[in-house]
Amino acid sequence: MRAALYRLQHLVRKELLELKADPRLFGIVIMAPIIQLVVLGYAATTDVKDIPLLVVDADRSVASRQLIDRFDASANFGIVDVVTGGDSVERHLAHGTAWMALTIPAGFGERLAAGRADAVQVIADGTDSNSTGVALGYARSVVAAFSAEKTVALNPALAARAAPIEADIRVWFNPRLESRIFMVPGIVALLLLVVTTNLSAMAIVREREVGTLEQLNVTPLARWELIVGKLLPYAFIGLFDVVLVTLVAVYWFEVPLLGSFALLFACSAIYLLSTLGLGLFVSTISATQQQASMTATFFFLTPMIYLSGFTFPIENMPQWIQYVTYLIPLRYFLVIVRGIFLKGVGVAVLWPQIAAMLAIGVVLIALATLRSSKRLA
Amino acid sequence: MIVAARAMVRKELHQISRDRRTLLILVFVPALFLLLYGYALNFDIKNIDLAVEDQDGSTASRELIAAFTNSGYFTYAGGVHGQRELDWLIDTNAARAALVIPAGYGRDLARRIPVRVQVVVNGDNANTASAVVGYAGAIVAEAGAELLAATPGPGGTPGAPRALVGFEPRVWYNPQLRSALFLVPGLIAYITMITAVISTSLAVVREKERGTMEQIRMAPVSPVAFVIGKTIPYSAIAFVSAVLIVLVSMALFGLPQRGPWWLLLVLIGLFLVGAQGQGLLISTVAQNQQVAFQLALLSSFLPTFILSGFIFPITSMPAAVQAITHVVPARYFVAALRAVVLKGTGVDVVWPQMAALVAFAAVMLGLASLRLGREWR
Repeated sequence: MRAALYRLQHLVRKELLELKADPRLFGIVIMAPIIQLVVLGYAATTDVKDIPLLVVDADRSVASRQLIDRFDASANFGIVDVVTGGDSVERHLAHGTAWMALTIPAGFGERLAAGRADAVQVIADGTDSNSTGVALGYARSVVAAFSAEKTVALNPALAARAAPIEADIRVWFNPRLESRIFMVPGIVALLLLVVTTNLSAMAIVREREVGTLEQLNVTPLARWELIVGKLLPYAFIGLFDVVLVTLVAVYWFEVPLLGSFALLFACSAIYLLSTLGLGLFVSTISATQQQASMTATFFFLTPMIYLSGFTFPIENMPQWIQYVTYLIPLRYFLVIVRGIFLKGVGVAVLWPQIAAMLAIGVVLIALATLRSSKRLA
Repeated sequence: MIVAARAMVRKELHQISRDRRTLLILVFVPALFLLLYGYALNFDIKNIDLAVEDQDGSTASRELIAAFTNSGYFTYAGGVHGQRELDWLIDTNAARAALVIPAGYGRDLARRIPVRVQVVVNGDNANTASAVVGYAGAIVAEAGAELLAATPGPGGTPGAPRALVGFEPRVWYNPQLRSALFLVPGLIAYITMITAVISTSLAVVREKERGTMEQIRMAPVSPVAFVIGKTIPYSAIAFVSAVLIVLVSMALFGLPQRGPWWLLLVLIGLFLVGAQGQGLLISTVAQNQQVAFQLALLSSFLPTFILSGFIFPITSMPAAVQAITHVVPARYFVAALRAVVLKGTGVDVVWPQMAALVAFAAVMLGLASLRLGREWR
């Protein structure tokens, strides 16, 4: 055992020396995650704000201006132009300079003053179906509030009649519904995956391609020692990245870390076991680095990002794809990271996820070790 | 020079054809992926797991629960008793929302006393949560309106008045707000981008790492001929695979093609050349494939996913991040693709995007040639 530890120590030193000899790679794996987290943390928002709105005011009355003011005052809309005719709607929507056009018909103010019902029309660009759905909701509530105000103004007696059932809606964990709070912990998980899987995907195949694998083969290193020695330095880097990106998430983005950092760190280590194991597995099934990188990107990273629930809800996927998602370690880690950060939950809640990640990691590393011993022999 | 470039193209094609796996990955996997993700990715929110705490147990309370579960948005996830059980269900994600109906709900409603029901929403996914808040509010409001309409109000006024100002939404280009139509153009950009950047970036570094770069430099091949020779084969492959993706999305996801075909093909071509320029530039900077792969992934994978407007609306990002998106070529490609495919616009609308793609390609190829020229001497 002592001899094994000794050999392992030397292999780890060799790997670290190689990393040090390549300052560019070192810089990339340390700096890039931080820069990416900062930029992506701001960019990954599904909040819908400042929707460019074109107003076609064919009425030009006091009432129509009051309605326009309501849209103007809302943080969700930004008025790009107020015109009197509808000719420019098509041009604005086609060019994307406006996403929505609000049309107030001529005679709107007069009809309202007479207490007769009228309607405004909203034309929306459905290209971004997600934002448009949300934006239509906002527009509807602006119009509804305006309508209620006018109704009460016409008939003050109605103000006394409150709605019979009132909904008291409480949002937990993220009361202001900021998508950043949801996204930043997810990006932490994503970055760890991209950095560590790539590093280890290249690990063995590189030695093979450069021809130094033969040399390692004639040393007294056992298979598992080779694997562990290869992975340990990357695991160090990954854990270092965990600390860095957690600091950025908490102090820069002010995402609350309600749970324990120790648990987050321990779970990250288990998660790294699975991502590194995955990379290593790819390394053993590839002949060249190009193959390894293509296989890792297309067959593992991309599906993991899309199918893990990072942005797309798993509940919406067809059933058979939902089964596939159970194989994705990122799926579990996302639940863990979001759970620890936002809900402050502990092992009592998260143990099924931790167990699943651990199982995937162990299986992947075992597979990689088995495969590599076959190929090396 | 043309002869030299042609020889380079032949050499590269020969090399590609020997590595069947990489070739297959490059040509067919993108289309296969579109198939998978086109079905899997979906923002439409339905089947939200709803926990119910019915403290009343009356006919009226059961009617309200039925209104939730019959809406199509909510699925009954089980009844709970007490705060602890409710906390647990939300913490473990067994329920995304909870409805709490207070004791005396039915009795108070019968006496026309206003009542409050509580809706708890798990806000960790801000996007889903805002939709859930909207649905829950609407269901409760509708239940209230039905009651109001059914009973004569105090003082003998008729039931709830019709809204004074109606709201008529029209959605253009994607009237059913299908998220597939929104996501597929982005997926096309994403898949094309990573295929092109990664395959090209590794193509040059591999020569360096294996030492065959020296041989090419000895041969009568100029840097420009080298760049052309390296780009053309991968361009051809990536172009075929991109067109394949477009065809698949039209056949399976009902993606329309409302604009001119030639424009679509030109856009794909421009985008590809730029992506390959980026790959080449990376390969001149990186000394080995591991570094090249990391750089390629970090510069194309996540930015194309997050900064291109593929999923997250650019208008909602902070100004500084919006400025950064201007150097992400996918931003222009996604916008132009959506305009041509969904809106049926022509060159008069998308020329700014085309100009940006041309500029990006020119800068990338220029920088790559410059750096290569320096190395050549």
